[in-house]
Amino acid sequence: MTDNHSQDFVIRFAGEGGQGLVTSADAMARAAANAGYYVSTFSTFPSQIMGGPASSQVRISTTPVLSSGDSVDVLVSLDEYAYNNHQEDLSENGVAIYNSGEFQLPGGGQYFGIDADELAKSTGNTRAANMVTIGAVANLIGFSLEEIDAFITQRFTRGRPGDEEIIESNKKAIRLGADVAEKSGFSVGRLASPIPPDYEQIMITGNSALALGAVTAGVNFYVGYPISPATTILVWMEQNLVGPGRFAHQVSSEIEAISAIVGAGYAGKKSMTATAGPGLSLMGEGIGLAWMAELPCVVVDVQRGGPSTGLPTKSEQSDLMACFNPGHGDMSIPILAPGSVEECFDAGALAVNWAERYQGPVIVMSEFGQAEKGENIRKPDLADVEVEDRSVYQGSNGYARYQSWNGDGLSPMPIPGGPGAYVANGSEHDEIGDTTHLPRHHIRLTERRFKKLGLLNDAHYEIENEGAIAMIMSWGSSKGPAREAYERLREQGVDVGWLYSMALNPLPDEMKDALERANLVIVPELNYMGQWSAILRQHGYRAESVTQYTGLPFKPATLVDRIGDRVEELQKEKGLVLA
Amino acid sequence: MSKRNPEYDFVWCPGCGDFGVRRALEWALERHVAEHEIPQSNYVIVAGIGCSGNMVHLMEGDQPFGLHGIHGRTLPLSFGVKMGRPDLETVIVAGDGDFLAIGGEHIGPAAARNVDVTCVVMDNGVYGLTKGQSSPTTEMGVMTSSTPYGKIESQMMPLKYYLTIGVSYIASHYSSKPRDLADVIQDAMNHKGFSIVHVQSPCTTYNDTYDLLKGNRRKGIPGMAWDIPEDHDPSSRQSAEDLLDRPGIPLGLVYKEERPTLQDRVDEIAESNPNRTADELLASYAI
Repeated sequence: MTDNHSQDFVIRFAGEGGQGLVTSADAMARAAANAGYYVSTFSTFPSQIMGGPASSQVRISTTPVLSSGDSVDVLVSLDEYAYNNHQEDLSENGVAIYNSGEFQLPGGGQYFGIDADELAKSTGNTRAANMVTIGAVANLIGFSLEEIDAFITQRFTRGRPGDEEIIESNKKAIRLGADVAEKSGFSVGRLASPIPPDYEQIMITGNSALALGAVTAGVNFYVGYPISPATTILVWMEQNLVGPGRFAHQVSSEIEAISAIVGAGYAGKKSMTATAGPGLSLMGEGIGLAWMAELPCVVVDVQRGGPSTGLPTKSEQSDLMACFNPGHGDMSIPILAPGSVEECFDAGALAVNWAERYQGPVIVMSEFGQAEKGENIRKPDLADVEVEDRSVYQGSNGYARYQSWNGDGLSPMPIPGGPGAYVANGSEHDEIGDTTHLPRHHIRLTERRFKKLGLLNDAHYEIENEGAIAMIMSWGSSKGPAREAYERLREQGVDVGWLYSMALNPLPDEMKDALERANLVIVPELNYMGQWSAILRQHGYRAESVTQYTGLPFKPATLVDRIGDRVEELQKEKGLVLA
Repeated sequence: MSKRNPEYDFVWCPGCGDFGVRRALEWALERHVAEHEIPQSNYVIVAGIGCSGNMVHLMEGDQPFGLHGIHGRTLPLSFGVKMGRPDLETVIVAGDGDFLAIGGEHIGPAAARNVDVTCVVMDNGVYGLTKGQSSPTTEMGVMTSSTPYGKIESQMMPLKYYLTIGVSYIASHYSSKPRDLADVIQDAMNHKGFSIVHVQSPCTTYNDTYDLLKGNRRKGIPGMAWDIPEDHDPSSRQSAEDLLDRPGIPLGLVYKEERPTLQDRVDEIAESNPNRTADELLASYAI
């Protein structure tokens, strides 16, 4: 065993779906979070109920985790296919643990076998195989077994008669695994002592954080249609949005979902749905109706790979063009794209506020890689969330709902049951909502609809090191790996700056100014077309993309290399370094 | 043009069946308001796209709220209105193209939910606004602008479809008897659950079926419409099926079934499950 103290380890469990990979990574993550470390999980699996190559990993660190990391320190392979598939991701000192009950590897490699099932049997609890493996992993990274004991006690204390027995057998399993690892002679280092945060934390996934944020801002009507990777939001809402004045329901299609939330928004509810790319395509016309008739609602697009059915359980950021133009005609839908699990909460809440404030549809873009990522984040202070309610018309009947608007306080919205009956109309309309073809109405109302975007200028943004030869501007969940790459590049003395905006549309005024001043904006994004840089160029900014379309998130090291190379090239072009 | 908005320039063709349906709906709403003492502002008309949907801009008198959305989506839009605000009386006005063709996929789910809304479907057997294309209820063989050699799809039988798919209140009528139609619409609105009043509402420009419906002795045309006999038992599915096997257009209540609405079931769940606040939900993620 070496004295090599490390701040940071990545542990990956690989095998087939249904083998408890996610459970193992999650248990490891929770035990580490309980002990005061920062953790982040990431899983990838095929679109099938059981079986198929899958993996789940956890990154454990003494500082907040920004990405899934570059490589794997401990790889647990439950079958040979998984070993062959993942072993190339092992770091230089990385060690693999393989399931010797399933297959054998020739001697001499940086690996050793464990028959976890057999060892679990000897504890009297055949379901403790995961714990045998976790015990071995803990030994390899020098993670305290007592911390895992504490987690086991917490997990299995359920007030049932067999609790004590289960706890003991799991603790035993941990030690059996640790013994095998100890005897193997391998180690990947010792996890440095945690630096527990001085604030309260919660352990939550991106999708749950988003749902919780939306409910905090008052969402009380949710419908959705099952689709990976947005289904967990539907399930969350069905379970939790219960009680007087609240409604959550599974409907028959994404067309039903968008129509229903538009109807509910019209009737005075704070309404929301969540979908993925295919569903977003079906919702285009309904989003246009909400824009046209000025009805508040929130659409969450948890992106996967596209087009068509695409890659249902992989990560891609390729719906951006579709979110900017989800339907036909002149419209510009506000878009929030949270860049972390923590921001998912903020974006969920802000989207609801935005919809209420500007009386129209708002899109939140998340991604597969962020949807089920579990992290221990700062516990949001719900009292800090400012809940906005739309301005409701309280006057007498005969109200011109779509009257001229000078840019201050938007004309209040009549709600059925109250005064000011009007027709909310998806056809072009006059002041009271009746259909019209007259140019003056179309001109006035088109301008009114776009002018309302000016009300949305308060989303989180970051600007650092302006004046650098290149500014890195990622979006959505590529923010984490991009940020890690940015910090490493700065440490290496590379002249890069940082731009980030949770709002992609409309951009905060300060961000527009910074983009205007930037020499070059480099956009790491997970799509082929370079969609965000294309949109930035359309606005006249100097931008180009660093793309990846593997279905997996960026590794920070990839970005360090590619951005570093590009910056060097720029400096040569400018004659700042010798060619 | 409507009395309340002289600038509104949409008109139905002279003789359009939708005039009669509008009158009937106005009466039905008026009486429903009086009967239940519900303020007019609690009524929402969700309108489809097509000639009939424009009714929402043409209603005279005290105005209900209106939602004139997109083609084919009256049912899911009204689902949002009604499940969001169960206190609102929600009535759909749509045509056969909107309701049965592009919107057909929503009828089954609405029936399964038994969502408490009333649909007034104006069936003229043709797409009028787009100038005379065939619709689901156009008879087979009929030449329209989109079926120049005659329609080669079977004619849909909406009443049988509604019955099969589980709609809990089904009535059939025609536009030439607005007083009777008003009674039927009012009765449908009083039904707790998903109700459809399917109205023959002829298009005088592209599919003038007045003679066919009412009959014309001078031209020797027997009328297709007939009053549902008083001894028909609308609570019997079998009787309703037998009734719909007879040729022609029945006038009156075809089928009515009392069963819990979606709202009843939602309320039941709400009673036995706590309303968890955001604070409580947040607490469940504590480390």
